[in-house]
Amino acid sequence: MAKTTTKNQWKAWLYLLPALVILAVFTIWPIINTVRMSMLKNYNGLAVVGGGSFEFGFYNFKHVIEYDGFTNALGNTLLLCVITVPISTMLALLIAVALNSIKFIRRAMQTIFFLPYVTNSIAIGMVFMAMFYQIGGSATNAPDSVGIINNIIEAFGGTAINWVNMGSSKFANMTVLVIYIVWNALPFKILVLLGGLQGVNKQYYDAAKIDGTSRFRTFWRITVPLLSPMIAYVVITGFIGGFKEYSSIVGIFGATMGPTGTDATNNMNTMVGYIYDSLKENNQGGASAAALILFAIIFVVTMINMYVSKKKVHY
Amino acid sequence: MTDNQTENLTENNVVAEQTATPQNDIATADKVMKKRDVDAVSKKQTVGKVFVQIGLYAFLGIMAIIVLFPFYWMLISSVKTVSEYNRTVPTLWPETFRWDTYTAAFSADGLNIGQLFLNTCIVGIVSTILSLIITVLSAYAFARLEFKGKNILFAALLATMMIPGELFTITNYITVSDLGWLNTYTVLIVPFLVSVFYIYLLRQNFMQIPNELYLAAKVDGSSDLKYLWKVMIPLAAPTLISITILKMMGSWNSYIWPNLVANDTAHTLITAGLRGHFATENGIPDFPAQMAAVVLVTIPLFLVFLFFRKYIMRGVSRSGIKG
Repeated sequence: MAKTTTKNQWKAWLYLLPALVILAVFTIWPIINTVRMSMLKNYNGLAVVGGGSFEFGFYNFKHVIEYDGFTNALGNTLLLCVITVPISTMLALLIAVALNSIKFIRRAMQTIFFLPYVTNSIAIGMVFMAMFYQIGGSATNAPDSVGIINNIIEAFGGTAINWVNMGSSKFANMTVLVIYIVWNALPFKILVLLGGLQGVNKQYYDAAKIDGTSRFRTFWRITVPLLSPMIAYVVITGFIGGFKEYSSIVGIFGATMGPTGTDATNNMNTMVGYIYDSLKENNQGGASAAALILFAIIFVVTMINMYVSKKKVHY
Repeated sequence: MTDNQTENLTENNVVAEQTATPQNDIATADKVMKKRDVDAVSKKQTVGKVFVQIGLYAFLGIMAIIVLFPFYWMLISSVKTVSEYNRTVPTLWPETFRWDTYTAAFSADGLNIGQLFLNTCIVGIVSTILSLIITVLSAYAFARLEFKGKNILFAALLATMMIPGELFTITNYITVSDLGWLNTYTVLIVPFLVSVFYIYLLRQNFMQIPNELYLAAKVDGSSDLKYLWKVMIPLAAPTLISITILKMMGSWNSYIWPNLVANDTAHTLITAGLRGHFATENGIPDFPAQMAAVVLVTIPLFLVFLFFRKYIMRGVSRSGIKG
């Protein structure tokens, strides 16, 4: 018996070998190396080749936090998270509840609402860009086409807004991004919440019906508490995804991360975008510091979310 | 029990008491209640129900239109002429259809989408096959084999899932440059072969397969590998299909890493190629051409979704259980 156990030990490690080798090189070593690089002042790839040495300390963190480009990216990321997560969760909840209360064409509807999930976020970002883009026009001339979204706004009696073109306001840019990110985030949330709703025991609703409870009250007193584990889950994953937002912005604005005429201090860059920019500039020290800050934020937010859901979630 | 829950409970009790009193009255009145009254009440309820249903369908209809509109706009714009697209008053259906936007996307001086398809398919297929092999072997070790430190190792792997991928990218870029892997297929495949999430998913699936099957196979003298191939893999096929599709879609949609490490014609992946091609345009962008390219990138994804709807939705929602 003892012999087989030892043999199995060997076998198990053999089975795990390919995974462990790749993880060691591309996951474990990067964790160690990122911490190391973040602690070496102005660490960069070129200086390493030149044989330079680096001062040890928290310089990179201090430098990153004081840099306008970073604070701009951090602000954008936080704002996007705080706005898009509640909106998309609320909307997904309403759609899921509505889907759960209909029978006719329900499957077709479910498929429609899942479609944005199976798309390429850069490609569809380009479609959103086209829908908001004003064609032609200058400071003195009106544009040829104000874009389909502005056409719709005008049809309802509003005035056209410069959403994404040169000279557009940050508020307008942010609105476009929020619309796109919410559109993109809905399918996953609807899928999870609908799955939860289908598992809810119908007896609760029957009881509410007998008591003559209003629909609104049923929603807040029965549906939301029973769905709270799923809601907590989509909120946590929503925040994690929100902090890693990057490709939606690339899809809409391209790699410049903002309309023409903006730079790192006032464009729509995000934390992840900042990390890549630093990497492209061969500033691995700064990129590492920013990545660790991002990790710290995600970690803290996840912990807070878990703490809150432990108190509030009904299991 | 927390304070909050107690509070809820007492509140519910109060509600229950309030509703209980009139119910007692009803109970006595019930005996004299006539069929006519019951009919009137149910009729009123039906009318209310119809209104609610109309409201629900209206809400879902509007939301569905909002969700679908970008796809519609993308499709009709891709066949419009530039002058029709740029008109002040937009047309909701193209007046004249042009298809040269699509042929232009395939031309070598244009987006050269055929080459991009090929590159992406090579990377997608090879990395999916290798990834499946590695995932199956690791999940099997974690689910069936006994070895020292198994639980600690598994927990450590799960913990790495919390770390944002960007943190790895910085060092991985240095690593692959040092290895001389830039602009090769290797650089697009190897760093992402192991997904802890897929190992976790498959391990959970393997654990559901009763141990008796394993012991029976052992008694029959079949080897671990044979058992894995003949019993475990067929039983876990749905999960493996989900992983395959998600992995293929991942290659199709990956942008950041390919954009960073592979920029030559032979190794550019489709998403990076698409964004890069339409990024440097001066003046008014040719939106119909852009939309045609976007349609070509989107259609394969929709086709996969159409045929493997069940597996995709299962794979996606399964990730929801771990919360």
